[in-house]
Amino acid sequence: MEDNLRKIIIDGEEIGVNPAMTILQACEYIDKEIPRFCYHERLSIAGNCRMCLVEVVGGPPKPMASCALQVKDLRPGPNGEPPTIKTNSKMVKKAREGVMEFLLINHPLDCPICDQGGECDLQDQALAYGVDFSRYIEPKRAVVDLDLGPLVETHMTRCISCTRCVRFITEVAGMPEMGQIGRGENSEITSYLGRTLESELQGNIIDLCPVGALTSKPYAFTARPWELSKTNSIDVMDALGSNIRIDSKGKKIMRIIPRNHDGINEEWLSDKSRYIWDGLNKQRLDIPYVRDNNGRLKPCSWNEAFDVITHKFNESPNILALAGDLINIETLFSAKELASNLGGRTECRIADTCIPPNDRGLYAGTVPIAEISNSEIIFIIGSNPRIEAPVLNARIRNSWLRGAEVNLVGENSDLTYEYNHVGTSLSELDKIIKSKTKLFANKRILIILGQGVFYRKDGYEALEVVKKFKESLNADLISLHVSASRVGAMDLNFVSDPGYSSSIEWSDIILNIGMDEYDLPKDKFVIYQGSHGDRGANRADVILPSCAFPEESGIYVNTEGRPQISLKACEKIGEARENWAIIRALSEKLNCTLKYDNLIQLREKLFLEHPNLSLFNEVKNNNWINSLKYSKECLKFDLKNIWQDHYLTNPIARSSTIMAELSKNKQKKNK
Amino acid sequence: MLKEKDKIFSNLYGFKDRSISSVMSRGQWDGTAKFIKNGSSWIIEEIKNSGLRGRGGAGFPTGLKWSFMPKPNPTKPSYLVINADESEPGTCKDREILRHEPHTLIEGCLIAGFAMGAHVAYIYVRGEYVREREALQIAIDEAYSKGFLGKNAAKSGWKFDIFVHHGAGAYICGEETALIESLEGKKGMPRMKPPFPAMAGLYGCPTTVNNVESIAVVPTILRRGASWFSKFGRSNNTGTKLFCLSGHVEKPCVVEEEMSIPLKELIEKYGGGVIGGWDNLKAVIPGGSSVPLLPAKLCNDAIMDFDWLRENQSGLGTGAVIVMNSSTDIVKAIWRLSKFYNHESCGQCTPCREGTGWMMRVMKRLISGDAKLEDIDNLLEITKQVEGHTICALGDAAAWPIQGLFRHFRSEVEDRIKNKVSPKIAAE
Repeated sequence: MEDNLRKIIIDGEEIGVNPAMTILQACEYIDKEIPRFCYHERLSIAGNCRMCLVEVVGGPPKPMASCALQVKDLRPGPNGEPPTIKTNSKMVKKAREGVMEFLLINHPLDCPICDQGGECDLQDQALAYGVDFSRYIEPKRAVVDLDLGPLVETHMTRCISCTRCVRFITEVAGMPEMGQIGRGENSEITSYLGRTLESELQGNIIDLCPVGALTSKPYAFTARPWELSKTNSIDVMDALGSNIRIDSKGKKIMRIIPRNHDGINEEWLSDKSRYIWDGLNKQRLDIPYVRDNNGRLKPCSWNEAFDVITHKFNESPNILALAGDLINIETLFSAKELASNLGGRTECRIADTCIPPNDRGLYAGTVPIAEISNSEIIFIIGSNPRIEAPVLNARIRNSWLRGAEVNLVGENSDLTYEYNHVGTSLSELDKIIKSKTKLFANKRILIILGQGVFYRKDGYEALEVVKKFKESLNADLISLHVSASRVGAMDLNFVSDPGYSSSIEWSDIILNIGMDEYDLPKDKFVIYQGSHGDRGANRADVILPSCAFPEESGIYVNTEGRPQISLKACEKIGEARENWAIIRALSEKLNCTLKYDNLIQLREKLFLEHPNLSLFNEVKNNNWINSLKYSKECLKFDLKNIWQDHYLTNPIARSSTIMAELSKNKQKKNK
Repeated sequence: MLKEKDKIFSNLYGFKDRSISSVMSRGQWDGTAKFIKNGSSWIIEEIKNSGLRGRGGAGFPTGLKWSFMPKPNPTKPSYLVINADESEPGTCKDREILRHEPHTLIEGCLIAGFAMGAHVAYIYVRGEYVREREALQIAIDEAYSKGFLGKNAAKSGWKFDIFVHHGAGAYICGEETALIESLEGKKGMPRMKPPFPAMAGLYGCPTTVNNVESIAVVPTILRRGASWFSKFGRSNNTGTKLFCLSGHVEKPCVVEEEMSIPLKELIEKYGGGVIGGWDNLKAVIPGGSSVPLLPAKLCNDAIMDFDWLRENQSGLGTGAVIVMNSSTDIVKAIWRLSKFYNHESCGQCTPCREGTGWMMRVMKRLISGDAKLEDIDNLLEITKQVEGHTICALGDAAAWPIQGLFRHFRSEVEDRIKNKVSPKIAAE
């Protein structure tokens, strides 16, 4: 046993634990379940629910709250024996029954109509630790419900005042929008002056609420937890690759909730990722279309659509495949094979985004996201992480709370924490490089490189400034992308040497795989392969309907370069097909049949050529390519953030009425 | 009976002039610098020897409490906080000190502050004490102008400042950690212990919170010696103490007396006796609303000190004696206390938030006997479920009066249920 461990005895079992641990953590360490409501390992300790009481032998003659009591504060026995804790004594049982009874006396008996039913901590713990009788005959308390906005529904009479929501919104989301007012039994959780919530992470308070006081408004009264099939998946709304669970009933997706991943999203999820599911049922492309002689799109069969493409290809064969934001690796891999077999080109750097191929140390960063928590100085360059990756922003905030200094180069915006606004252009970085400052010596410095730099006309040169900056500070670097498919596409080398604009000019046929954000020239023949009738479909000459991300299994590489696999959660819609299968079918029509007939064979080939992608959930150490000289020209221009309204950035989100409402509310508040 | 010359608070009733020159002529601010020259360990030792126990209710030895403060640290200053949030029903002793004897408190702050290495003291005055705060502030201003506070307080070389903070009238802010939260500008909700305030209190710095009376007696103890103070009262219960007499006595008053004075002597001599005579006595709450009551038969031999009252399942608390004669509807009286605790519960922990309301409602039904016999045992069990299960002692304080009621008057409550006797009319 190590010296710095303290011995304690829990229910007769002697263990050595870190003295800074709480009793509750020590109990969990040996799999002793301690009931709790207010305690949450990622929030500060409140100690107010009193459910986690345990008996400290030799201590005061009353049970102690194990969530707040540290092992180091326990006193040893009279003869130097290790301190003794009991979690199943008569005193503890009595205490738990008492607290449980108090929690239930003013709790309404509306479990049959409560959305939390079946996944309610209060139900579960009442069964396990409560009593089987009721003796409260006085009138019950009722509380007026709150209007927290379009996402969170409230039933405040059910509230047990654990204050988890208050602590989350204040500590993690960084927006002190909720609080507890009143005293005693009249105390209520409320929002500041009755306003609706503005945080981009507010949906998490629904998961945190141990009872049915805060429930999901869009999901209200639609399903019961036990009738949902649950699928592990990966979120594609931003490039973070948050781990999610998709709950579906039959063909329909009912809700999306986060899964725990300490390295990525901890256990949070941004509202955009959580609530886009209604967009999956609207504006869907469920049948192929071709544009007729009158310039109108008309429904057709798959064969007709392929015939039109084959005909066009035989006339002019220069084909360019473009990668959109939500596309998985398998699709891109097959599209790349198709293009190279046909002598075509591929490009994922839409609108001339500047990302140097093969420089993985730059585009996927040198450290994992989790390093944010260990950094002492953070430089955010050309990004607003609060809207580009709200969960990552919460991690930066957490680091700031623990003393890290945050600097921002780029557009000024409210990031939910204080930062030092260094300036708006790269000349500020140049100044720091030139001053050869020792200011930051021996500190752990992290650069978060945003799209503001990648998306510039002179991006390649601007990136050299950032690289030089990183080298001169000996800092680590994380590239914050906004497109879920970008890093994976770069790993597949889904690029063309001449770049986006020249390749478009060169091409006759554009195979547009889910790219809706930028216009394509009028004189090209455009095949749109995608799931939603959005801008891309509007511009297409042929539309090939494909699956949206929950309807097919796929691999995504997140912004730190971590490959993760997402599973198929529900059935495809209409005649839509899996993305890779459409390309496989197209290859057959174009007489260059790809050599796989199913996803397994495709992946075998993929892993053979790109072994790194088979290492799921691993973040590779990337080599760093030294910076080159840059001219002064690129220092002048101000950095601009890529997104202003992050609720409407992709076809799924644009089809979602919830996102539309959030976007509208945000615009209203900004006015 | 305490002699006039042995009284620490010679102007308790405000009959004398309270200007600083007059106060000094009565011996205050005399030799303060000398005590400070003797060093902090001497002061703490003197207070320990005097046997002074905290006057706020819990009776923790004051000298011992001071000795828990860590050594002064330049990055983490120490703070002295004076708890003048006197809100316990029946208690009005600190009020007299604040308005008539503020200099005893101010001088005590300087000495106690020095003893624990604090350069700043905060006095948290109860919200309703407006005139008291004004009197205190006038006295502090006087002390500054005389040089007793400030950079070189009382020419001792010690820098010392006092700030008065006016509360907003919440009972719970008299709990030391809730008081600290309130001082920091937050909602007054008790903190969990450990860490104790001596380790991490106000703004996370070492802090000692003392009652007004505990600090106000310090200068006199040092001037007259620990042995002088400790000769009053029984051992472990030494010194003089302010007692507050209220309820069914002829002359309600605050009086300074020796510890361990018999309850009967206190009531007869200073309160002018129970209304209707001693035999008309029904019960006494000896230490403020949160201690269990004593029935008349125990009052004959009752001694007013920490140990005797604890042995008899009550407590000295703040020394606030609430006398009830036989005209009292005892159930209604205890219900009124339950109502008070229900109103003052901060709402943080479950047992107190939910339990105080429940207890109050059952008590309300018991007044009229509109209950079943098993309600009594249920109620007692509820009090046990609240007691000891909360962060602070308010839960205990809400439970004890009810437990005391049933310990001594259970048969009366049972009779009321059996016969549905309508309650006597008493003041709400």
